[in-house]
Amino acid sequence: MTHWIFTLAFFGLVVSGVAILLAHPRFYWGETGGYGAASLFDLPLPLVLTGQTGWGRSLHFLCAWMAVLAGLVYAVSVVVTGHFGRQLLPAPTRPRAAEEGAYNVLQQLTYLAVVFVVFPMAILTGLAMSPAIASVVPQAVTVWGGQQSARTVHFFVADLLVLFLLVHLAMVIRAGFSSRMRAMITGRIASKEPR
Amino acid sequence: MNEPASRRRIITAGLAAAGASGLAYGARLASRYGLIPPDSGGIWGIGETLTYATERVLMSGGSVAREFDRSAISGVTPVNGAVPGAAAYERLLAGRFSDWRLRVDGLVARPSTFSLDELKQLPSRSQITHMACEEGWSFIAEWTGVPLSYLLTLGGMSPRARFVVFFPFDENWDSLDLADALHPQTLLAYGMNGQDLPTPHGAPLRLRVARQLGYKSVKYLSRILVTDSLKDIGSGGGSISPDIGYSWFAGI
Repeated sequence: MTHWIFTLAFFGLVVSGVAILLAHPRFYWGETGGYGAASLFDLPLPLVLTGQTGWGRSLHFLCAWMAVLAGLVYAVSVVVTGHFGRQLLPAPTRPRAAEEGAYNVLQQLTYLAVVFVVFPMAILTGLAMSPAIASVVPQAVTVWGGQQSARTVHFFVADLLVLFLLVHLAMVIRAGFSSRMRAMITGRIASKEPR
Repeated sequence: MNEPASRRRIITAGLAAAGASGLAYGARLASRYGLIPPDSGGIWGIGETLTYATERVLMSGGSVAREFDRSAISGVTPVNGAVPGAAAYERLLAGRFSDWRLRVDGLVARPSTFSLDELKQLPSRSQITHMACEEGWSFIAEWTGVPLSYLLTLGGMSPRARFVVFFPFDENWDSLDLADALHPQTLLAYGMNGQDLPTPHGAPLRLRVARQLGYKSVKYLSRILVTDSLKDIGSGGGSISPDIGYSWFAGI
């Protein structure tokens, strides 16, 4: 359930993120930056100033709320239901018989890093760009080395998440798209014998 | 039915019930404490309201924007938008704003007008703060001006007042709630980096709101109106921003 709300929100975040980016496809380090100042790098994207950042920003913040709320419900529920301990924590002593259908250690570590490191970083760098949040917790900005640094890190973190999504999708397709979807929606793994 | 599925069902039902009662309670509290923004309608309004209510609560301790050293002042200070083309503005600009007046009216005991010189004789404040454009660029500058709260107190603001509206010489009108209107860093700025406010930065007088994005710092001011409701001004969204697709509250 949280996965699909999150999927929708993530898609909205990526689309709107690009819409916002097109209004200023340049990146800086430190507190400030703009046309006329030296940039860290410029993206080979067209500069679009047709007001798409209006809906882009509204969509971005609405989806950010959806993603954060769904993410919180997910984080609490994996711990409460025991999924965290059973499936996500690497366990070297797990019996061989249970291995089939379980995640391997590399998968487990990647999921843990994405859920508990990369996503929180996306949220924190996003918040660092908010002048309201910066007034309440100045460290939210200074920890990244400035507001423009936070914006630059936000861009790279977003790229990392899109990369994770692509690998994630490729693995689901390789594992058998329809059986994986059935497992996710019904919560059951189809048995090998016909019923 | 197996054990984990029934447990999941109980947890889901519990969360849904908690969520629904939480939402209802939250909505009641929010409207009582003025946590609903004027542009709360529509699908985007959900995000606007969540952001506005959350940040207003977080900032309720009277948070202040970071202030910087002189050495942090940016060499490059970009601007957005054109200088107003209105004939009235061009005439005032040509006369170096000697005939310019700021009108303060609405829910104040003493509606009045101020010339630029009169404003410059009032108590002033200078601060070096970060100004970020919603597009993504930003700069740091020193702003000098009269705290808006001083002018509102001078005019005798009514206890019924809830918003302060800013009308410039162009179409980019806007408004602030009292939390930002009365904030010590909210200035009516006539100076920037030790000089008179440059024309593209909003001469002769601009609003400077340190805890919101740059577009809230209305340039080319002409009139300030104190009101208890934004419903009958423009299309009722509290500023031109919702009409052109942007948020009224730009604390983000």
